[in-house]
Amino acid sequence: MNSSSAPAALPATTPAVPSKPSAQKPRQLRKYHRREQRAGWAMLGPALLLLLLFVFVPAMLAFGLAFTNARLISPNPPTFAGLDNFVRLFADEGFYRSLLNVAYFAVIVVPLQAGVALIMALLVNAKVRGVNFFRTVYFLPVVTSMVVVSLLWLFIYRQDGLLNEIITKLTFGAVHGPDWLNNTATAMPAIILMSVWQGAGFHMIIWLSGLQTISAELYEAADIDGVGRWQRFRYITWPGLSSTRSLILITITIQALSLFTQINVMTQGGPLDSTTTIVYQAVRAGFKQQETSYASAISLVFFALVLIISGVQRYLTREKS
Amino acid sequence: MATTLERTSRRAGARSTSPNPRRLRGIGGWIGRILLGIVFAFPLLFMFVSSLKPDQQIFGDLSSIAAFLPVGNLSFDNYGAVFDRVPAARFLINSIGISAVTVILGVLINSLAAFALSRMRVRGKGIILTLIIATLIVPFETLALPLVWWVNQLPTLELDGFNLSLTTGWLDTYQVQIIPFVANAFSIYLFHQYFDSIPKELDEAARVDGASWFKIYRKIVMPLSGPAIATVSILTFLPAWNSYLWPLMVVQSEELRPVMIGVQYFFQLNVSWGQVMAYSSMITLPVVALFIAFQRSFVNSIASSGVKG
Repeated sequence: MNSSSAPAALPATTPAVPSKPSAQKPRQLRKYHRREQRAGWAMLGPALLLLLLFVFVPAMLAFGLAFTNARLISPNPPTFAGLDNFVRLFADEGFYRSLLNVAYFAVIVVPLQAGVALIMALLVNAKVRGVNFFRTVYFLPVVTSMVVVSLLWLFIYRQDGLLNEIITKLTFGAVHGPDWLNNTATAMPAIILMSVWQGAGFHMIIWLSGLQTISAELYEAADIDGVGRWQRFRYITWPGLSSTRSLILITITIQALSLFTQINVMTQGGPLDSTTTIVYQAVRAGFKQQETSYASAISLVFFALVLIISGVQRYLTREKS
Repeated sequence: MATTLERTSRRAGARSTSPNPRRLRGIGGWIGRILLGIVFAFPLLFMFVSSLKPDQQIFGDLSSIAAFLPVGNLSFDNYGAVFDRVPAARFLINSIGISAVTVILGVLINSLAAFALSRMRVRGKGIILTLIIATLIVPFETLALPLVWWVNQLPTLELDGFNLSLTTGWLDTYQVQIIPFVANAFSIYLFHQYFDSIPKELDEAARVDGASWFKIYRKIVMPLSGPAIATVSILTFLPAWNSYLWPLMVVQSEELRPVMIGVQYFFQLNVSWGQVMAYSSMITLPVVALFIAFQRSFVNSIASSGVKG
């Protein structure tokens, strides 16, 4: 850490190096540069070492271990197993089920969360008194941990929980809601609704920063022409948000594909695998069953999926703008 | 009645000629804001209010607005019971310690790296920065499982009385909950962006006066980087406090567990929802208090973390 004293002590060894005749730089300056290099590397060192150890190495390991039979705790070192894990994965019905569930989740959550967040952003973008209060309130679920949110909604979704009581009240006793999380048809929609509730405030902020980049002059010009509110949105706001839009699309998609916490706290993948997900499958294999190699194969397929989908999204949104 | 009508019509009239039409004025906007406010605030309000009620009353109040109101038989009994059921104090101390150390080390190590990349002539720094930013596309979920295996292979120094011994495996330690999350590509990127906006003339002048690089970092650049430090602190603190997937896999001992893992204790045997709500409130309110105190920094940090995608 002490970059000033360490290099100062070192140059005692450097004068031994004969100076090249071609070097025109005064020795003093070269020494200065060398010292700067050393100090620079000393400052970069800790971060680079940690990133290497905890990002690069595990990323490489995901590739490597997927082709072995590694177990989390095992007396034997892992041995090469070829494509065994992938063969097993692509024959696993649970894996296809998790792909389908995640696709279902993402296809609904992405537009719903982006849309709700945009409406919220438009509502709190107004320069009227009291708007800051609502901005704070909409943001509260974002700072609340997903674990806590899942617990809270576990209660709300009970057969005799808050949601069903409200439904019964609002319909004057005509409708009695289902046991949301124990029903294959309603478990995933319930998780979707809760996830949007938790995440929309986050994307509201990103929409807001996009809205603030749109020039007020455009709106003034539209006003002079007597353009209606919808058309103002359609021809000024919406095109003005194009880069924000692709950003939001990609962040919500990756977040949706990584669905795990809600599932682990609320349903454990059930009922009847109707809410199992890719990350949930990977955790179950790698942690509960200690099959690191199989979990690495799932992680690898998951990463490829994330890469392909966000690549396609980037390509599509780039073409439009 | 007449005056409200007048006011609304005046507002409606003002809307079409308003110089800033981005304003969504009028009754519709306020109805929308309030409805959404209810949707977002009431579940959390329900959680906090229920934490003060006995179980029976929680269920009794469900069918009326009382579910959201602090009425009836209120007490902190649930909070007391939480401490009997779960080593909650231990979990809180663990989480506070883990988050604090991660934030402090994260700010230090990432800002040092960003300083070198932004300010100093380091060979190959262009490539280094590109490599660091490239890691942002990898979601943690894809690294988590190979990482569990990997940390179990890492050597660790164990102090047993006065004997230092080298053992293998970081599983079930504090360091495994901290060290992997200290260096963060996005924090480096944020610091780098911010340092680039600080005029380099300042440190050149200091160099002429014979100041060391570390002194420039400590005395010139860091004191000018308050907003970046706040942003990185919040972006490091939130996932550290909220972490769940990682400690679930790498921590077995009760005395090392963080707060989020504590929720599991409430579903063994008979569930007391009042206690669940009390524990949930207890681990949420500190973050909400921090958020309300540092609102601007929170919002800025979230806005900048969106850029990550």
